[in-house]
Amino acid sequence: MATLKELVKKPGILSPGHRLCAGCTAPTLVRQVLMAVDTPVVIGNATGCLEVSTTIFPQTAWRCSWIHNAFENAAATASGVEAAYKSLKRQGKIKDEFRFITFGGDGGTYDIGLQSLSGAMERGHHMLYVCYDNGAYMNTGIQRSSATPRGADTTTSPAGEKVPGKPANRKDLTAIMAAHNIPYVAQVSPSHWNDVVTKVKKALDCGGAAFINAIAPCHRGWRYPIEDGIEMARLAVDTCYWPLFEVVNGEWKLTYKPREKKPLVEFLKPQGRFKHLFAPENEHIIKEMQEQVDRNWEALLKRCGEA
Amino acid sequence: MAEKKALTGNEAVALAMKQIEPDVVAAYPITPQTDIVQYFSNYVADGKVKTEFVTVESEHSAMSATVGAAAGGARAMTATSSQGLALMWEVVYIAASSRLPIVMPVVNRALSGPINIHCDHGDTMGARDSGWIQLYSESVQEAYDNLIQAVRIAEHPDLQLPVMVCQDGFITSHGLENAEILDDETVKRFVGEYKPRFSLLNPAKPVTFGALDLQDYYFEHKRSQSEAMKNAGKVILQVAEEFKKLTGREYGYFEKYMLDDAEVAVVALNSTAGTAKMVVDELRQAGSKVGLLKPRVFRPFPAKELAETLRGLKVVAVMDRADSFNAYGGPLFNEIRSAMYDTPGPKILSYIYGLGGRDIGPADVTKVYDDLLEIKKTGRCDSILNYLGVRE
Amino acid sequence: MSTENLPGWKDLPAGGLILEPGNAENLETGEWRSSRPIHDKQKCINCLFCWVFCPDSSIIVEDGKVVGIDYKHCKGCGICARECPPKVKAITMVPEGE
Repeated sequence: MATLKELVKKPGILSPGHRLCAGCTAPTLVRQVLMAVDTPVVIGNATGCLEVSTTIFPQTAWRCSWIHNAFENAAATASGVEAAYKSLKRQGKIKDEFRFITFGGDGGTYDIGLQSLSGAMERGHHMLYVCYDNGAYMNTGIQRSSATPRGADTTTSPAGEKVPGKPANRKDLTAIMAAHNIPYVAQVSPSHWNDVVTKVKKALDCGGAAFINAIAPCHRGWRYPIEDGIEMARLAVDTCYWPLFEVVNGEWKLTYKPREKKPLVEFLKPQGRFKHLFAPENEHIIKEMQEQVDRNWEALLKRCGEA
Repeated sequence: MAEKKALTGNEAVALAMKQIEPDVVAAYPITPQTDIVQYFSNYVADGKVKTEFVTVESEHSAMSATVGAAAGGARAMTATSSQGLALMWEVVYIAASSRLPIVMPVVNRALSGPINIHCDHGDTMGARDSGWIQLYSESVQEAYDNLIQAVRIAEHPDLQLPVMVCQDGFITSHGLENAEILDDETVKRFVGEYKPRFSLLNPAKPVTFGALDLQDYYFEHKRSQSEAMKNAGKVILQVAEEFKKLTGREYGYFEKYMLDDAEVAVVALNSTAGTAKMVVDELRQAGSKVGLLKPRVFRPFPAKELAETLRGLKVVAVMDRADSFNAYGGPLFNEIRSAMYDTPGPKILSYIYGLGGRDIGPADVTKVYDDLLEIKKTGRCDSILNYLGVRE
Repeated sequence: MSTENLPGWKDLPAGGLILEPGNAENLETGEWRSSRPIHDKQKCINCLFCWVFCPDSSIIVEDGKVVGIDYKHCKGCGICARECPPKVKAITMVPEGE
């Protein structure tokens, strides 16, 4: 287990001066992920907030090699870089030990990039894909994605007179990735930095394809006070909306169990995107959302041998 | 050392890829390119190449992984046809603008819809403005020779541009022909060792690929890309000259066949040029002054050289195996006619033919020459835009 | 946007590459700030939570101790103050200009 006193000594790979919103949790997550890196690294990045805000020509906030190709192909692009590495290393043209990490938002990962991610994971490239899930297409102005929770008010699932926000449930991408039978899959939250660093280390050294899904609250899209990003991530964990677990070679393991499971409303209430759900005619939706969280949590406990 | 072998176009291209032995190949099967991927898989399975072979789940990922590999400092290749090229579209542009010297054999096939697996040039003609160099091949031999030259062209320091090497689906890709094949060592020596300008995998020099350009830089980057394409013509000829020393086979921007004293001529790409040569021979025997121009390089477009070559003719038919749907004429026709604008020259007609693999036989080409000779004689031309071989 | 004084196309690396890693550091995103964190060294217990949660790498740490805030880059989001343990409260946010 790393301590902050140790981690603080490492040179930061993401420089300040990037142009992500004040209070965005994505750069916090990225910093924590990169704290686990001890070798040269190549970062891949799907189109999205993180990509546009860190590399506006002629400036880059990346102190390592970095590649953005398009929106849906970050995993395929990284698989090509990794293939180049394997080939050149085999030929003795590269001596250094490299690691490959790719970041994509939920739009670029759950939706448009799912095929490319699935392909790269199935082929077993030695790479880590990290999804920073802020639950909508934030870069283009908060449109719903398949990671958007039910009931959320987004610009393409607006809370209207007839339809109270997004009608459909979120997709369970972490489980989908686990179903690829890759050596390492995990779910993390930047509120639990130590868990992030530990899991990324495991992922980077698993010898094959690894996937980590990270919750990354967005105060613009979720509409909570700007300073509360990490607290929102913590609430997501403590309400069991976003449990922390890992799947190592097919074995599911809970890595954090809240002392007391908080009611989902504690996560929903501070967020403007769920405000309309607190109107009397919509309260049944909150009840159903809680039931869904409970079901998922029970199923997870069973999978992890905790129930 | 070279040897004659009976090969299909796909076999020859796969063999050239084996001899080039790229660091990375990322490819997905699609008719009629599939054999290339299969042959190459065998080379990999039998340990005959050091290549890292990435069996991607789509062409979009094929081009994406190839871009990643090239950015990682690898000599990288892929291959495709038709819908595959269409699916790659977005990334095809990115490969060129990132100045990655990727080489891609394309086996020409009609684009959907309706779905059709046979030859026409709608796929690569659609990609004509993607920033790739495009070489077209009449025969198995040319497909093989072009592919080997393409590596040198793409990687030239003044260019760093990707190259498509096109051949006709089924007609060339699956047709058996005799071709002269170089030995592995000769090919390796010719293409040389790849030394990338920049690599993601150099820890001493981290590099950022694919940054966001706003209004202040995008235009400059595109202008620089355009300059590289301007430089390409010269490089293509230099590489051809070296290749000629090696093989005795001559390549340029285009091939002229009985053109010097011709009065009427056909312009046609790829395998149709072979058919046209036969027709030219027959018509010449009958005393008609007919000729053929077969473009090899479509991107960059050798406008000046084409205009100089065609200026003395009376009537020219540009045959396009693709429609532009501009209600005006095919893509090759448009470019040639535009190239001739400042030159007093021939009347130029557009013939769209052979879509979706519709056979184009000597009788069809003869009809085109007959039209041209008639126009030359009478000076009367009813239609600039003509469809050849379609039922009315 | 005035672009006259920027480099011309011949002076840019081909392919849109950026060859100076981390040069975004030269950008002063601190200008965005509407309120600023004030760090109290006396109260600080150097738990480094502010450092690990800061989105802008703007907590300056030397020898394991928080020594100040990088105001050139800090965007003033207040996450550091929010995450400082409630019993410590070593960081407070004050409006810019006060």
